[in-house]
Amino acid sequence: MSVQNQPTATVAPEKPQKSASDNKSKKSDNKSKKKESDRRYKALDMTMKRHHYEADALIEVLHKAQDTFGYLEEDVLRHVAKGLKLPLSRVYGVATFYHLFSLKPGGEHTCVVCLGTACHVKGASELLADLEAELGIKVGETTSDGKISLLGARCIGTCGLAPAIVIDEVVSGKQTSEETIKQIKDALAQ
Amino acid sequence: MSVVTLKIDGVDVAIAAGSSVMQAAQEASVEIPRLCYLEGLSTVGSCRLCVVEIAGINKLLPACTTEVREGMDVTTQSPKLQDYRRMVLELLFGEGNHVCAICVANGNCELQDMAIAVGMDHSRFPYRFPDRKADLSHTQFGIDHNRCILCTRCVRVCDEIEGAHVWDVSQRGEFCHITSGLDQPWGDVDACTACGKCVDACPTGAIFRKNDTTGEKVGDREKLEFLVKARENREWVR
Repeated sequence: MSVQNQPTATVAPEKPQKSASDNKSKKSDNKSKKKESDRRYKALDMTMKRHHYEADALIEVLHKAQDTFGYLEEDVLRHVAKGLKLPLSRVYGVATFYHLFSLKPGGEHTCVVCLGTACHVKGASELLADLEAELGIKVGETTSDGKISLLGARCIGTCGLAPAIVIDEVVSGKQTSEETIKQIKDALAQ
Repeated sequence: MSVVTLKIDGVDVAIAAGSSVMQAAQEASVEIPRLCYLEGLSTVGSCRLCVVEIAGINKLLPACTTEVREGMDVTTQSPKLQDYRRMVLELLFGEGNHVCAICVANGNCELQDMAIAVGMDHSRFPYRFPDRKADLSHTQFGIDHNRCILCTRCVRVCDEIEGAHVWDVSQRGEFCHITSGLDQPWGDVDACTACGKCVDACPTGAIFRKNDTTGEKVGDREKLEFLVKARENREWVR
């Protein structure tokens, strides 16, 4: 497919070009050098190699990328597309289909509000509305200082604790808005 | 090559094993409504307009992805099928922003033709009026997501016939849309060869030539079928 044959400024120059006269090639030179020394890209390459660069390992590889980079930036998606010999649009389509993948950097802390049926009945929607008002962001967004992301989830499987929230991978149940806001403040103070 | 015989709307057909019910219907000169099916492309069975009744099976099956079997008795027109197809079309019209009066494909639109064919004169479902964008960054073509029904014909024609794979489907559910490259403006996608096959493949006015105005888009779907057959059978004369 022609996608791989088209060198793009971000991934193309494997070998540094000698006549780096114009700005563009200088910039991409720096980028590729940065990439060569970046351990995260090495980890990603190893994952791709372990899967023999098979196209059907895409989800597996994106998981690894999400783990190591925190989110899927454009450069990473291009790198994966090139490695697995997949069209850019296919990689983008898969990355946006699954909620586990994020194309924007997340906050330092995360607060997930469960919006499953049991939590909804116990007032998770009002809880979420209160948190949105408190943090000044909508669900799925990150505060402008990059401190905290507010996320929603469809049932985290602890319906007995409804309404449940997860702050930085710690689950808390039977939440009121005041309790949650206090916990968020504690997490942010750490 | 083994041959299978079956009945479509009472007409006897003999066709190679492995063919689809849709192909058998074509052989028998029976028209089955379709939107996502385009001869020469792989089948996805996503529009559900080509559903047919097969004696002995109590589910409705899409003709394009169902393989023929010996002795099948297929019905392509019945009040029940008409009902289902009408509902599919009502949902399609309710989902996007389809305004025929100002559309480039008015009068030459498969969605419109299908609506007329199944007798859909209004939708029982409320219109969603989603906020969708148009991309006019390409020098020759434009895509208006308001008119897109996500049949993925453009995705398949670009991948399977042109081999550029500019398009794919991104996001999910109500946010599902066709994307070019890494969600770039179409004009910025290196892979696009500006061949225009997606324009001809598009059943509605979603992908169009820039100089076409209301009712001026004339898609040439036969050209795509000709192209596939030409490659397969080495017949370069239409």
